[in-house]
Amino acid sequence: MTMDLYNRRIVEAAKRARERGRLADADVSVTRDNPLCGDRITLDLRFEGERIAALGLRVRGCLLTEAAATLLAERGVGATPRELWRAQEDLRRLLAGEAGEPVWPELAMFRPVAGVKSRHECVLLPFEAAAEALARGRAERA
Amino acid sequence: MALDVAAMRRNFPIFAHQPPPFHYLDNAATGQICAAAAEALTTFETAGRANVKRGVYRLADRATQAFAEARERMAAYLGATRPEEVILTSGTTFGLNLAAHVLEARVGPGDAILVSRLEHHSNIVPWQMLAERRGARIRALGVTEEGRLDLRDLEAAIDRRTRIVAVTHCSNVTGAVTDLAPLVARARAVGALVVVDGAQRVPHGPLEVASLGCDIYALSGHKMFGATGAGALWIRHDLLETLPPFLGGGEMISRVTIEESRYAPPPHRFEAGTPPIGPVLAMGAAADWLAGLDWQAILAHEKRLTARLIAGLEALPGLRLIGPRDLDDRYGVVAFEVAGVHAHDVCQLLDGFGVCTRGGHHCAQPLMDAFGTVATVRASLAPYNDADDIDALLEGLEQVIRILR
Repeated sequence: MTMDLYNRRIVEAAKRARERGRLADADVSVTRDNPLCGDRITLDLRFEGERIAALGLRVRGCLLTEAAATLLAERGVGATPRELWRAQEDLRRLLAGEAGEPVWPELAMFRPVAGVKSRHECVLLPFEAAAEALARGRAERA
Repeated sequence: MALDVAAMRRNFPIFAHQPPPFHYLDNAATGQICAAAAEALTTFETAGRANVKRGVYRLADRATQAFAEARERMAAYLGATRPEEVILTSGTTFGLNLAAHVLEARVGPGDAILVSRLEHHSNIVPWQMLAERRGARIRALGVTEEGRLDLRDLEAAIDRRTRIVAVTHCSNVTGAVTDLAPLVARARAVGALVVVDGAQRVPHGPLEVASLGCDIYALSGHKMFGATGAGALWIRHDLLETLPPFLGGGEMISRVTIEESRYAPPPHRFEAGTPPIGPVLAMGAAADWLAGLDWQAILAHEKRLTARLIAGLEALPGLRLIGPRDLDDRYGVVAFEVAGVHAHDVCQLLDGFGVCTRGGHHCAQPLMDAFGTVATVRASLAPYNDADDIDALLEGLEQVIRILR
């Protein structure tokens, strides 16, 4: 179980998070903390219309948070808010142990985390930051 | 005489339930329940359950008597002058919040409350809330590079506007034991009260709280091998008499009319509602059992294990200790960082080797800030730990570093 959590795809995705940087010209920036461990993600979004045109991030977190942030960054660019919310919902379902193919197939790499309740927040943190950024972006455009 | 760890383990039911490998090194978070406490808890809940302080039938009277005895056992373990100085609570956090409320009238606008960067959040946040309610200021003592409380320049830190000094007796991260004497002396000189968080000190043997010079001392039963859900708050008797109640309700009054209430004398004034009876009885049983142990042997044993742990950690590449390297004036709580690897990932992988450690900020974010980190791994010892536990941790760490770096 423990080693499943650190499967090759998660470890490699986590490494890619460290290569990413902040956006200089973001429309919205959000910082979220994980109260469990003090981990922090700062997420920058730039929009073109409804879609996410660019995404920057800085992560100070565990491998699971880093890997989830990478996945968000790699799949989030070009996505609409609806697609991103759907991905977040699918991730929640996946962590709850529910079967079914997530909208972003790569999310399946987090399936082993379902059995470790205390780590769910680590995976969800970047997606929660994104949801907050989207809500703020929508509010600012309204 | 050397400690017989195998015999010690027979006093802890967990070892009969957890299959090996099982290396429990998260004792600063919670100790395992000892057999005496488990028996007191289950016997009360299954064979002797009744509410306390009111019923006159035999079952209730026996529960009331057992509850009073638990208070006496805690008073004896703590070295209180009298049992009435011991308020029975649900734990350290409750006790410190209780203290922050009953001391409210002693703090005014512009006054200062001194905490430290070494504190658990439980000994910071209640004081921040009190300061906000009263327009007072929070100040903080710093920490040394060794993770000890920085006691230099106490004259500047504690001045005539300081009303309360709230410090830990033993850090839940670095294991450093606070030298309370100079703090107490300076606080006395300016008329400030001293509140001590004893949660991490009480699992390491009986103490003489009345001789420490502090005014209030808070602790949890589950860290001293009792059940979760009980704690104690010692308040020096002459101060106790002057304090107002905290929560209102049953059990804490002497007379209630629609217009007003008169309050019961201490300690009942501070114990509104039905208390956590079973956990309190377990805490008393744990205190009684602990009081009968050979602490010289236990502390020598824990010191040897701490030395083995620190030496092993220092031999690993990229390990940074957050806390003292020396073995004096500290208990077996050892925190560290593994360069390039997050504490939670370390702990998760160690679990695969049967090693239970804690990763995170340990509810001590100001201390993490002082050390420029967000999370550390912490191993914390109890009398039932042995060299195998330490070696399993060190061997696990070697593997973790290989896997994750």
